[in-house]
Amino acid sequence: MNETFKAFDFRTRFGSITFPSPIFTASGCAGSGKELSQFFSLDELGAIVTKSIAVKPRSGRATPRMAETPSGMLNSIGLQGPGIDQFLEIDIPWLISRNVRTIVSISGETVEEYATLARKLRSVSGLSGVEVNISCPNVENRGMVFACDPIASREVIQVVRRNLGNDLPIIAKLSPDVTDLVSIAHGVVDAGANGLALINTLLGMVIDIDARRPKLAGKTGGLSGPAIRPVAVRAIYQVHAALPQIPILGMGGVASGRDALELIFAGASGVSIGTATFGDPGAPLRIKRELEIALKERGFSSFADAVGAAHES
Amino acid sequence: MDRVVKTINPKAQQRDVEVLSNKKVGAYHHIVLAVGDLAIATRPGNFVAISVGDAMSNTILRRAFAIYRASDRGQYGGTIELVVAPHGLGSRWLCARQIHDRVNIVAPLGTSFGIPTEPVNALLVGGGYGAAPLFGLAEVLKSQGSRVDMILGASVAGKIYAPLEGKRSVNTTTLTTEDGSTGIKGRVTDVMPALIEKHKSEIIYSCGPMAMLNAVNEIADQFQLMHQCAVEESMACGIGVCMTCVIPLKGDDGLVRMSRSCIDGPVVDGSAVIWGSDRTVPEGTLGR
Repeated sequence: MNETFKAFDFRTRFGSITFPSPIFTASGCAGSGKELSQFFSLDELGAIVTKSIAVKPRSGRATPRMAETPSGMLNSIGLQGPGIDQFLEIDIPWLISRNVRTIVSISGETVEEYATLARKLRSVSGLSGVEVNISCPNVENRGMVFACDPIASREVIQVVRRNLGNDLPIIAKLSPDVTDLVSIAHGVVDAGANGLALINTLLGMVIDIDARRPKLAGKTGGLSGPAIRPVAVRAIYQVHAALPQIPILGMGGVASGRDALELIFAGASGVSIGTATFGDPGAPLRIKRELEIALKERGFSSFADAVGAAHES
Repeated sequence: MDRVVKTINPKAQQRDVEVLSNKKVGAYHHIVLAVGDLAIATRPGNFVAISVGDAMSNTILRRAFAIYRASDRGQYGGTIELVVAPHGLGSRWLCARQIHDRVNIVAPLGTSFGIPTEPVNALLVGGGYGAAPLFGLAEVLKSQGSRVDMILGASVAGKIYAPLEGKRSVNTTTLTTEDGSTGIKGRVTDVMPALIEKHKSEIIYSCGPMAMLNAVNEIADQFQLMHQCAVEESMACGIGVCMTCVIPLKGDDGLVRMSRSCIDGPVVDGSAVIWGSDRTVPEGTLGR
């Protein structure tokens, strides 16, 4: 076959699953998947990573939930969702019936809730993985952010592995708002995580100077967008240096193919697109195309060769 | 209960479109975009999400604008028209566009005003430039034989949006200003009861700030009239993925859920809204 027409080798691997594309959606930034299917074929993605789902239906936080910031935004959604039962009854069948590769993101308030969620997912066929969100900043009690505590984060991953079985890859989503990210990464990998999702949003606040109060009803929110990209690149670089065999799903302010390439060179085996989709519904597909050009321009014949390239000199 | 995966307006598409015209009208800008066949799919109440800024800008989110009118016939093919107040960074950027500039839009988005199957006596109530979508609605109502009475209110005369061509489809127009600089001094709700009785209004349509919609809904309740309103909540995406624009809405099953105003709205039944819940979540509210 003529080289020009041969599909670029974009394959990447998390645990036992090989994905044909390294571009994923970021949890909480792609709705249930159906919304984005109006703008591009979801088959172009490595997988849809669904909005983190809890055991029970959750209203999420009051509005205002959003504040735009320089090159970014704060969100304070608070894990709104229908609860796992309705999610498995309605959202998942829509994705699976259309052969959309799906990674389900789960979020619990207690270790037991993570166990329940994992048990319910064990019997679902057609999934490509589970993202364990232990780092959502929009919870009432900062002490409940498991990813800030090495022991708690390890414990969560252990129970998810035990209840999920060994078939599906587990990707632990970590927070950059910690002193020693590498030690937390080591802990969750020891506990059974096959991959790491880096980074969740950073905790921030905007004050309405006319109303003299925090702009968001929930006071604090998670900062995302290009403003946090250097933090993501740093976090991925540090963790990949320490754990080069563990695939990292990188995310944080990626808005173009060249942005994605920074995360990949830092050590990401996949890149999730989040806030960029809010400004451009077609962003995941556009970024995938830009990334292909950027890789070819630099002489790469496969995606896998580029992962961690910034560590080699 | 919601038995389906809700989605965005199925007609919505993302496109680069040309600015055909941008004129200052009082405190506002009237902007015309050449959108081709998207105009045919646009209904009164729908909105457009527009990408603002360029590579040098630090604003990354789309801006949502109510569509004033859509027309599928004209020299330049299909058009949509907007009425924009240059208040924030994004709206100022849009108001600075020149003729032939291109902007990236996603449209048409959201729900539209329900049009009765039989002619009715409709009362349309608008606040400030938020009233803009009511003129397109008036045209549709008039064309199916309805009586259309309109109340337009604002804080001062300069903030009332009442274009001459918009009045063609309206039987009567009543203006109110809080400072009395034009029309009747007071608020739209001060004149509503008398006008409802005088014109035998059967349905209320409203568009404007949330506090006004809430007050309009109370009067609709008193008179036991159906009330459809276009709600406002700050949005990051407009396409149902960011979950920031939610309002508590009561579903057909009686349960209250935080619902996306870009998908379940912006036009909703006033009776379904749990009013006055800014910065709070009503007890018992679920998610989706």
